[in-house]
Amino acid sequence: MLGKSIALGQFIPIESPIHRLDPRVKILVSAIFIIVLFIVKEWLSFLFIGSFIIFLTLTARIPISYIGKSLKPILFLLAFTLILQVFFTPGDYIWEYGFLHVSKEGLNRGLFIIVRLCLLILCTALLTLTTSPVELTDGLESLLSPFKKWGFPAHELAMMMTIAIRFIPTLMEEADRIIKAQQARGADFETGSLIQRAKNLIPLLVPLFINSFKRADELAIAMESRCYRGGIGRTRLRVLILRTADILFLSSTCIFITIVVFLSVFIW
Amino acid sequence: MFIRLENVFYSYFQHTPFEVQALKNITLTINRGESIGIIGRTGCGKSTLIQHFNALLIATQGSVLIDGEKIQKKSSQLKNIRRKIGLVFQYPEHQIFEETVFDEVGFGPRNIGISGQKLEETVKWALESVGLDYQDIHKKNPFELSGGQMRRVAIASILSMRPEALVLDEPTAGLDPEGKRLILKKLKTLREENGTTLVLVSHSMDDLAMIAERIIVMDQGTIGLDSSVRKIFSQGKTLEYYGIKPPTTTRIAELLQEKGFDIGNGILTAQELSERIAEKILKAGKH
Repeated sequence: MLGKSIALGQFIPIESPIHRLDPRVKILVSAIFIIVLFIVKEWLSFLFIGSFIIFLTLTARIPISYIGKSLKPILFLLAFTLILQVFFTPGDYIWEYGFLHVSKEGLNRGLFIIVRLCLLILCTALLTLTTSPVELTDGLESLLSPFKKWGFPAHELAMMMTIAIRFIPTLMEEADRIIKAQQARGADFETGSLIQRAKNLIPLLVPLFINSFKRADELAIAMESRCYRGGIGRTRLRVLILRTADILFLSSTCIFITIVVFLSVFIW
Repeated sequence: MFIRLENVFYSYFQHTPFEVQALKNITLTINRGESIGIIGRTGCGKSTLIQHFNALLIATQGSVLIDGEKIQKKSSQLKNIRRKIGLVFQYPEHQIFEETVFDEVGFGPRNIGISGQKLEETVKWALESVGLDYQDIHKKNPFELSGGQMRRVAIASILSMRPEALVLDEPTAGLDPEGKRLILKKLKTLREENGTTLVLVSHSMDDLAMIAERIIVMDQGTIGLDSSVRKIFSQGKTLEYYGIKPPTTTRIAELLQEKGFDIGNGILTAQELSERIAEKILKAGKH
């Protein structure tokens, strides 16, 4: 019961033009954005890319609070980067106190890196918020399949990812239940020294591992008894088809990005 | 008044878009020594309800009192409450982790500071209460036991905390008929000998007919019915509304009744049923 509602992970299942896009297109666009974010070096290009990402978020009808939440885990990293950059970049000092000094260049660079990191996270969050895990792995498999020629196990990799994603909620549910069951026997997971707490995890980890191995065994048998024998000759339930909308979206994004990169490199 | 719930509400994922209200305004009293069965459709809040009895879940609204003492989130009484009220989860054998049966059953008592001679006595008592031979089994690896034995070791590992109430979620699920019968018999004996309060969540009405005296029917997070086992199982139509089929024995009695074979109401066990039928046949023979 507990796991069911979070089974979908980050993905928000609503109807929107962005949700309907081919996962391959979305993965490609995200990858392009990530590369471009590392190429460009001016605030102006960030402004353009940033507004484009916000435009996509609005089109995807994702609440802004949600996309903001994805920044939470890296808050510490952001703060750390800012402090390092601001205090340890040489240049014109605009503020000094003892051995601490803030330079104009440092402030500029610190903020720049933070905005870059934020845009990176927003861009990937947008991908995972609008694409279900299954679509995502399907897309990846399809994008990686050209490399099969050189022995790259695209299907196996995708299958492993699908299975891993599929069992995250199951494992969470299981962990939740075992924690409670051991708490009912007086186990303590919350107090004590670090070593003591690590030791206290044994009653959780041992059953969790044993059950996972058992489940893996059962899954293997279930797959084999349905004649699963790897990716060769396998057809799919959801066939990925590039529609006009996908091509339009991909090409317009590419044009937009090319212009921004061109301006950034040669003009600004 | 042993366990008392007053206007209890509980929501999972509170304050998120995924919020689910699992319990709605539950008021309930469980007295010492009672034997209660909790039934209802999947997802009706049974498991959520029983986790409130030993403070594994804390009501989002309303209060839970154990022996008149209110459960609060950060209170120091939590350990004491969990010792007093033992909760056996579904498939409890999935929580086994120790290398020997002795250590597994001794895990709980050790956590509450029991050791030495006393620990050995407690473990021995717990294992024997579930019908396992201490000498025979205490040094064995629990993972080498049969499914039914593992289940009983897991139940013993809760019993070893000497709880005053034992709450079990589907204790017989997935066991063979013999294993089922044995566990129910042992639970019955436990209650008779120690006055342990029993609360059983079950989908098996036949099991409950054997062991419960009072039945609580849950429906969509509320209490639908709460009455004695005979009263509950005699109202076939109402039960149907809650998606429950009365025990086989009660149904046989009802069918006989319908065919004009008057053998009376409120039949629960196979024993009762056969006696009444025999009585009836003997009477008919005399005429």
